[in-house]
Amino acid sequence: MEIIKGVPITSYILLSSILFSIGALGVLYRRNALVIFMCIELMLNAVNLLLVAFSRQFNDSNAQVFVFFIMAVAAAEVSVGLAILMMIYRNTKTTDIDALNKLKY
Amino acid sequence: MITQYLFYFLTFIAIFCALLVVFSKNPIYSALYLIITFFATAGQYFLLNAQFLAAVHIIVYAGAIMVLFIYVIMMLNLNKEVEPHKSNITKITATICGCVLGLVFVAALRDTDIAEVSEYSNPGIGLIEKLGNVLFGAYMVPFEISAILFLSAMVGAVFLSKKTIH
Repeated sequence: MEIIKGVPITSYILLSSILFSIGALGVLYRRNALVIFMCIELMLNAVNLLLVAFSRQFNDSNAQVFVFFIMAVAAAEVSVGLAILMMIYRNTKTTDIDALNKLKY
Repeated sequence: MITQYLFYFLTFIAIFCALLVVFSKNPIYSALYLIITFFATAGQYFLLNAQFLAAVHIIVYAGAIMVLFIYVIMMLNLNKEVEPHKSNITKITATICGCVLGLVFVAALRDTDIAEVSEYSNPGIGLIEKLGNVLFGAYMVPFEISAILFLSAMVGAVFLSKKTIH
């Protein structure tokens, strides 16, 4: 197998930080619960990318196994989260998270 | 060098589409841009010699999770008209908070020393053969627990989406 000479790890750290920040920005910026879910996926993705980059840097396959488990947890989280979202929509007829403010007072 | 160009190209696509996920008005456009971001990330995995993870990433994210998202958007019938509006002060605050978070990350990580390891001595760690040995060796118990997690998630999803009878 041919060895791919790579990009330095600092570039990947920078890319992951930017992607994670965009995800956090989206969680704060949007009010639609579905888009907030997507932004959480974006943040998980940034962490996965960083783990894979460090796995290459340190020649360690344990990090890639952890990425595998993060993907499994993300899939389970999305299936349950979207079921909860459907329940919320059935009861309140909206996906606006500001409609769910009963715990605020 | 070709990998450098590919890296910058994929980085540009990932960041551009991630911004469009956040700032698109219509949720279906957000979902479609998120799929492009996932494909760009899978390309990054290929550049990092993690071929198995790239394949799993496309299968799980673009194949399963995004289909679920798009189905939910279809069933809830979401579009631009029903999109809730936020006040300008919240938007400005959110933008400032996101930018400051990114700034803190970059500033904290800028001066760190990355330990120099003998790189690329073993390029095959991302192949399914090596990963399978690790996964079914040291990580056998977590692997089976994740199976139980999936089962409980399935039961939970079915239970939650059932029509409740009062």
